[in-house]
Amino acid sequence: MSTLISHAEHQLLRPGGLSTSDLDGVFARLMGPAIDAADLYFQHSRTESWVLEDGIVKDGSHSIEQGVGVRALSGEKTGFAYSDEIVLPALLEAAGSARAIAHAGANGTGRPLAIASAHALYPAIDPIDSLANEDKIAVLREVDATCRAADPRVKQVVVSIAAALDTVLVAHSDGTLAADVRPLVRMNVQVIAEQDGRRESGSSGGGGRYGFPELLRNGRAHAFAREAVRAALVNLEAVPAPAGTMPVVLGPGWPGVLLHEAIGHGFEGDFNRKETSAFAGMLGEKVAADGVTVVDDGTLAGRRGSLSIDDEGTPSGCTMLIENGVMKGYMQDKLNARLMGMAPTGNGRRESFAHLPMPRMTNTYMLPGERDPGEIIASVKRGLYAVNFGGGQVDITNGKFTFSASEAYLIEDGKVTRPVKGATLIGSGAEVLKRVSMIGNDLELDEGVGVCGKDGQSVPVGVGQPTLRIDAMTVGGTAV
Amino acid sequence: MTAIVTDKDTSSADLDRLSAIAQDVIRLARAKGASEADVAASIDLGLSVGVRLGEVETVEHTRDRGVAVTVYFGRRKGSANTADLDPKSIELTVEHACAIARHTEEDPANGLAEEELLAREIPDLDLWHPWDITPEEAIRLGIEIEDAGRSFDARIDNSDGSAVQVGASLTAYANSLGFLGTERSTSHSLSVALIAEDASGMQRDYWYDAVRHAGDFADPASIGRKAAERTLARLGARSLGTRECPVLFVPEVARSLVGHFLSAASGGALYRRASFLLDQLGQPVFPSWMQIVERPHILRGHGSTAFDSEGVATRDSDLVRDGVLARYILGSYSARKLGLRSTGNAGGVQNIVVQPGAQDLRALMKGMGTGLLVTELMGQGVSLVTGDYSRGASGFWVERGEIVHPVEEITIAGNLREMYRNVVAVGSDVDPRSHILTGSILLERMAIAGEG
Repeated sequence: MSTLISHAEHQLLRPGGLSTSDLDGVFARLMGPAIDAADLYFQHSRTESWVLEDGIVKDGSHSIEQGVGVRALSGEKTGFAYSDEIVLPALLEAAGSARAIAHAGANGTGRPLAIASAHALYPAIDPIDSLANEDKIAVLREVDATCRAADPRVKQVVVSIAAALDTVLVAHSDGTLAADVRPLVRMNVQVIAEQDGRRESGSSGGGGRYGFPELLRNGRAHAFAREAVRAALVNLEAVPAPAGTMPVVLGPGWPGVLLHEAIGHGFEGDFNRKETSAFAGMLGEKVAADGVTVVDDGTLAGRRGSLSIDDEGTPSGCTMLIENGVMKGYMQDKLNARLMGMAPTGNGRRESFAHLPMPRMTNTYMLPGERDPGEIIASVKRGLYAVNFGGGQVDITNGKFTFSASEAYLIEDGKVTRPVKGATLIGSGAEVLKRVSMIGNDLELDEGVGVCGKDGQSVPVGVGQPTLRIDAMTVGGTAV
Repeated sequence: MTAIVTDKDTSSADLDRLSAIAQDVIRLARAKGASEADVAASIDLGLSVGVRLGEVETVEHTRDRGVAVTVYFGRRKGSANTADLDPKSIELTVEHACAIARHTEEDPANGLAEEELLAREIPDLDLWHPWDITPEEAIRLGIEIEDAGRSFDARIDNSDGSAVQVGASLTAYANSLGFLGTERSTSHSLSVALIAEDASGMQRDYWYDAVRHAGDFADPASIGRKAAERTLARLGARSLGTRECPVLFVPEVARSLVGHFLSAASGGALYRRASFLLDQLGQPVFPSWMQIVERPHILRGHGSTAFDSEGVATRDSDLVRDGVLARYILGSYSARKLGLRSTGNAGGVQNIVVQPGAQDLRALMKGMGTGLLVTELMGQGVSLVTGDYSRGASGFWVERGEIVHPVEEITIAGNLREMYRNVVAVGSDVDPRSHILTGSILLERMAIAGEG
């Protein structure tokens, strides 16, 4: 961690003539008798992306952002200001604005800063430079060629790659001084296939906290290409989806977006402190069927949703949300943990220095059961088998959530038969996991494309689950 | 504490500075060998105050700056942006854009807009109305809005808080054809979200107002009361049995239906063959009585602008005339890809006006008789490629033109192509809070799925 600190100090503070020892002066301005806590979040981020379309690499872009967010907390109140200039006068001005939340008073001090230790879950590399530009272009072309060679019905291919490097330094009045260097890469493939005047799309992609060589290992890029083509061709055959309530079998991996929407958001500390979540006050109660165990785990090496430390300097953790059907814990940031008398769980995250941290998910997944996936499908007389999804949404307060299938099939007499068009599934968070009757032995995590939005802030996340049978869910097709 | 926009309005000086930066960037790009270049430089300032349960919860001061540059070396393109307006960072950003353009490939559709399309005069659209409010005043206003809602009914027993947001935005756009345009605009909003509880459970709903000029706000207390009424009306909601029936969208969700149409009629979706409106130019898409017009110069309009993000002059023009798709929505890149001319829509549409009908929401409900009134939509579930539509919804079940009970946990599904053809009526109840100006929209029939 101390290497990371000096790296972050060099990147973030040195150019403005600052060092970590200058931060005491900022805390002196920021703290006061009515201020419970305060923090400074320095960030430098650099991103690069390339897009291939119509067979040519037609666009690329590069972006640099940096700044410092300054926050002062007093009870449930938060004062916040930020600056895109990391120099002492700007820091002091932001500190003055943030601190005004608690009105004037004598200056105070934070605890002396001490370097927090955390286990690094990803290498401190710059993924933008992990592959030469010529090679990035070549990869895009190869993926395009793989898509077009896969089937003559493929009419349009869009391939993009993006890499980002975030360097952050967090100083908190509780004495935390922590730094992190966070690489993130991603590839997306979208194809349009046409047949007899009908057009359908298919997409695929993945990534994580590593460089391009890791993303491209073992032909993974070509696997994305083939997967996007396969999905588009399946959709060309799709018939209208059924409408109504029926048994639903969810495939492993990305369909875990169910957990993110149905229970994940409802288990975030802020909504429970404010008692606006449908799960407020339900710790220790049964919220899911026996055998259902769900965790939020930020500690998986290299995963898109993982963090060595969260954006408040707390090492990420593996938080038990539901254990064998019983609600066990919340995801917390420092503010909500303090107000609820609990411990932070490493879930304090923010989109950037210009946004306030909140409790957010990392990688949320259900642990495997013992059933063979084939046996789960065979148990359904008539229902839906949904293997891929777009996004979802939840109303925290009444617990209703949706998630939209992008690849699904009918199950008839225990067999997967015809593909059906995409349809939205809707349910109630407090009910849906009680209707889980079979849990597969095939836990998978997603490929690494998830983005979660909350209060206008986007952060990368992961999900996962084994094959699941839900006895009854509403499927929003058109075939009434 | 200080107000973010003080009596001393520095916007003219700031715009001059942004203009100078923009012109410097063009010079730099040309000096580095770019045959063409364009740049947008901007500053956004804001104050956002959140109040919850009668006390201030957050005070956020925001200030975002950015320079976004695009360079062309012949028909090769590169882009870069930075949030740092320091000359050294800007030069580095231009170099990044040039470095990218060394690796991208020739695309004949690349390049600036045609010179003759660029805006020659920039009318004053009355968009600049700084709101000189201090954080203390904003806190008091937030408390007033939330109080009006919380005291409305004893069942309103919790709150997600109210928010007062003040915003000001300055932009300068320049390109290597010698175009330089500046725009400044303000946008402010008031909002509140309340929670009600009874034996049936908890419900949350909200209301808001959004304006260019703080003098145009609805009475703050009425925003709180409206949020309370909406929240209470949801108590006791239940699902509906699966069926087909007419569906009436209130204006704030009707505009999402218009939004899907705009996305599908946009050049990007069309040249990628990713739109269900492909080859529909000149074809009937809506019933023959429907008109949709783009009006970019509405005074104080939420989408008003004199020039698009490429400097192309904006003007009034029909999108849908007598139900027929009159044109696509194009910037110069997508226009060239399709062999057409830019419609002044680089960066998106400006104000879109769906011609209102004569009936208000009550009259539309009467006309519908029995069906679903949708007040909220959830999730994605819309494919622009096929027009397939399936979304979560909540609202009210209506019989004989009267609300019978609130509805939740259902989906509504159909195909946008058919949904647009089967519009029965557009209401007179136009919602002014968006750049998409539409009344309620009544559709003849959709598939409802639920459990009941």
